[in-house]
Amino acid sequence: MAAKSQVNLSQGNPSQATIAVRQPGQDNTTRLILVGLGLAAAVAAPFVLYPVFVMKVLCFALFACAFNLLIGFAGLLSFGHAAFFGGAAYITAHAAKVWGLSPEISILLGTVFAGLLGLAFGALAIRRQGIYFAMITLALSQMVFFMALQLKFTGGEDGIQGVPRGHLFGVFDLNDPLAMYYFVLAVFLVGFALIWRTVHSPFGQVLKAIRENEPRAISLGYRTERYKLLAFVLSASLAGLAGGTKSLVFQLASLTDVTWQMSGEVVLMTLLGGMGTLFGPVVGAGIVVTLESYLAGTNLPVPVVIGAIFVVCVLVFRRGIVGELQALMARHRKS
Amino acid sequence: MLKSLLCGTALLAVTAGAAHAQVTNNVVKIGVMNDRSGIYADLAGEGSAIAARMAAEEFGNKVAGAPIEIVVADHQNKADIAANTAREWVDAQNVDVVADVPNSAAALAVQGITKEKKRIFLMSGPGSTDLTGKACSPYGFQWTYDNYAMAAGTARALVEQGKKNWFIVTADYAFGHSLEDETTKMVKQLGGKVAGTVRHPLGTSDFSSFLLQAQASKADVIGLANAGGDTTNAVKQASEFGITQSGQSLAGLLLFISDVNALGLQAAQGLMLTTGFYHDMNDETRAWSKKFMEKNGGKAPTMVQAGVYSAVRHYLKAVEAVGSDDADKVAAKMRETPVNDMFAKDGKIGPNGRMFHDMYLAQVKTPAESKAAWDYYKIVKTIPAQQAYLDPAQSGCSLVK
Amino acid sequence: MFDVLGVPPQVLFGQLLLGLINGSFYALLSLGLAVIFGMLNVINFAHGALYMIGAFVAWLLLNKLGLGYWWALGLSPLVVAVVGVLLEKTMLSRLYKLDHLYGLLLTFGLALIFEGAFRHFYGVSGQPYPIPDLLKGGQNLGFMFLPNYRGWVVVASLIVCFGTWFAIERTRLGAYLRAATENPVLVQAFGINVPVMITATYGFGVALAGLAGVLAAPIYQVSPLMGTNLIIVVFAVVVIGGMGSILGAIVTGLGLGLLEGLTKVFYPEASNIVVFVVMAIVLLIKPAGLFGRER
Repeated sequence: MAAKSQVNLSQGNPSQATIAVRQPGQDNTTRLILVGLGLAAAVAAPFVLYPVFVMKVLCFALFACAFNLLIGFAGLLSFGHAAFFGGAAYITAHAAKVWGLSPEISILLGTVFAGLLGLAFGALAIRRQGIYFAMITLALSQMVFFMALQLKFTGGEDGIQGVPRGHLFGVFDLNDPLAMYYFVLAVFLVGFALIWRTVHSPFGQVLKAIRENEPRAISLGYRTERYKLLAFVLSASLAGLAGGTKSLVFQLASLTDVTWQMSGEVVLMTLLGGMGTLFGPVVGAGIVVTLESYLAGTNLPVPVVIGAIFVVCVLVFRRGIVGELQALMARHRKS
Repeated sequence: MLKSLLCGTALLAVTAGAAHAQVTNNVVKIGVMNDRSGIYADLAGEGSAIAARMAAEEFGNKVAGAPIEIVVADHQNKADIAANTAREWVDAQNVDVVADVPNSAAALAVQGITKEKKRIFLMSGPGSTDLTGKACSPYGFQWTYDNYAMAAGTARALVEQGKKNWFIVTADYAFGHSLEDETTKMVKQLGGKVAGTVRHPLGTSDFSSFLLQAQASKADVIGLANAGGDTTNAVKQASEFGITQSGQSLAGLLLFISDVNALGLQAAQGLMLTTGFYHDMNDETRAWSKKFMEKNGGKAPTMVQAGVYSAVRHYLKAVEAVGSDDADKVAAKMRETPVNDMFAKDGKIGPNGRMFHDMYLAQVKTPAESKAAWDYYKIVKTIPAQQAYLDPAQSGCSLVK
Repeated sequence: MFDVLGVPPQVLFGQLLLGLINGSFYALLSLGLAVIFGMLNVINFAHGALYMIGAFVAWLLLNKLGLGYWWALGLSPLVVAVVGVLLEKTMLSRLYKLDHLYGLLLTFGLALIFEGAFRHFYGVSGQPYPIPDLLKGGQNLGFMFLPNYRGWVVVASLIVCFGTWFAIERTRLGAYLRAATENPVLVQAFGINVPVMITATYGFGVALAGLAGVLAAPIYQVSPLMGTNLIIVVFAVVVIGGMGSILGAIVTGLGLGLLEGLTKVFYPEASNIVVFVVMAIVLLIKPAGLFGRER
């Protein structure tokens, strides 16, 4: 299985905007140092920055990573990921507030819900590719939006407010900002590790093979639709994990999270950071969230700025920030 | 992070000195949060910030010896952004009071935070009665209007005119339902009946089929239990289908002067509505509004913007009187002082945080009657404060004993 | 609240007629999308924004230059077409060699910019646009009062839709166009300037959106948000009809308008969602859409 995947990977087309994650010969020590520094920064962040802000970044970063699993490693552009993110937020908020469940169970329920929703979406959409796939996911997520508007338990345009954060495992009081922060950080790291593991597993290699050349993957005996569906469900569940966590951070689940604009936002984060790179979505999410909260206090119209970044990314910057950096480093190493 | 709009306070900040330890951080910081780019930008937006600044200027930008600073933020009608901004304002920027916040979902989120963190919250933009009902706060004041006042006021006036048979076109979400309920209750209470209702999805652009159903019902009045773009589209299309010309009246249950301006008098003429403020009522309102319009690009103040002025002014007066920005003391002072300014005469704040003031029933003028720009309303009747608003005892607010 | 069996036929006819009116907007917009998609393989996310610009140009012509509705009907699509040509020349044309998804993302960004900019300058309450004098008033059809203007919208958009269909399916120019869609290199080899044809197609497609904007201006408020809500429904229409199919776009647009009209009688709350339900069903049974071919 692994051998087969290797063969497929080597078919990778270098002109693609995406780049293989692990380059042979890349210095493992620098990687470790970078990861260590990143972790240290994440642990120290709440003492320097406003914790709620950093938690927001982490939630969106996980959301973008989940989305990236699909676009970057399976080549599927979903324009309806807000349905999973926002849908899970509603379920988690409802579970925590109305059913009075503990935070970890509430988030788990949200995640499972998003996974099931992903299964339903995927079953409908996975047979189509490219633009068709994008349109179908978009339309399906619109259905979820209308349901969120109509159903009783979602609270219509008020959303579900005043969601209690509760006690993690019945012990840790999450109303303490620091406890909440480290909980969110842990959720993020678990999600991220899962994505890392998926990408580097034989399963991830098959996905990449499908992305590069689906007919070839089929001819090699892979049932590509099943692989894609599994990737879709996984991505949806992780998006749900991010959404559920966010609803506890803000103690709120609202319509914002299920709009198609939110689906567009996660595309932007991934595109800006670098599709198909592991860290790109994290960087992209950080930049977009920072930018939005900065722009909120200025007179610049937010959508115009966001739209302009979109256009610039697509036209001249398709590899995204991390992608460009990796390409730069690769060139540097060659010379 | 949020850009501060200073009102020439830099110098004052230096001169005020540290003698006034009563005011925390030696500045009274007012955060005006609203929609600055979306559907409520025209009825609140920058105009509300201008109104707040006008109130601060009346105090010489200085209260209880400390400078007044005004910061603004755009919540983009998203409750999570509103919550985040409010938290950050209180935690990191020492904002003492949050003002405006149209969009009830955003306001509910901010109410939760200001309650927890003990900050005054002056609501002018949001209409949900929950804010002074089950979600009330000892620090939250709902100033300008609420859904009950708007719906019940218009319904009562029309039923009393003999228009007893209603058909209600409702935006199908919590806010629309609450307008529909209030209207239905009032109409039935006064012996009228509701012949039918139809619920349309939020953000509908084509109302023709709903209007057709309303027309077929032969009701005297078609009540529009929706807001913003939904209302303006419905009104415009009602005039296209000749509904008002055929004798049915149209009642906007939540309509602002900015909506009327957007519609144009040709389409909006004859519409009945309730408002908390109109710029052309007396010399005082005219003088204030003239100043406001100069600063706001010639656009007349909406009741929300006028309400922000009144609320901020009342807050600052209370701070001045107690010599402190301590939320508990200021809130107590605000409750015991009657509100008297160009917006409200002898307004009283109920135990649930509702500011009781007179409301006005208005009818939109015909193009022939309108003599100048923004000359839009005929004030038909004053609705006394006690009749305009729900009795606090019935509000469901836990603060009412 | 309403009795399903008790809906009198007059009401039903009225609603069906209104559905047809809405359907003609869907048809006009999805036709533009289909034409563009067929030739460029780009899903034009900016279509809604360009529809909005069409309406705004009409409003600006009236308020700044004093040029009325009939002028706008000609000029406004032209302005939108020029904007479209510029966009295609400067931006879209650089993406043809890449994955088609980039076209979708680029136009998504453009839509954000246009809508944000108009919102910034004109607010969101919307601007009134009067019905032209010639089309004021209406006809009493017995079962309903039909405003003349709405009648005009149906007639005008049907003429434009079927005119476009005829031009593409039945004329020589249309034949070139269809051939270039299938095999651009070969058509180029026959001495036909394919890049110019692509540019012109995009210009024409967005001009249709501009025209729909002018037609919509007197009915709806001229508002920066008018396109945002519509575009998603129109996307669904295109998916149901089969992407790139001209006839599919027209027929599905009108058909879904009618269906929506019916839904508004029997279950109004669902009128926004019915299009998506239909889409899901169609995709299950016929993944390429009603009129589409499997590619």
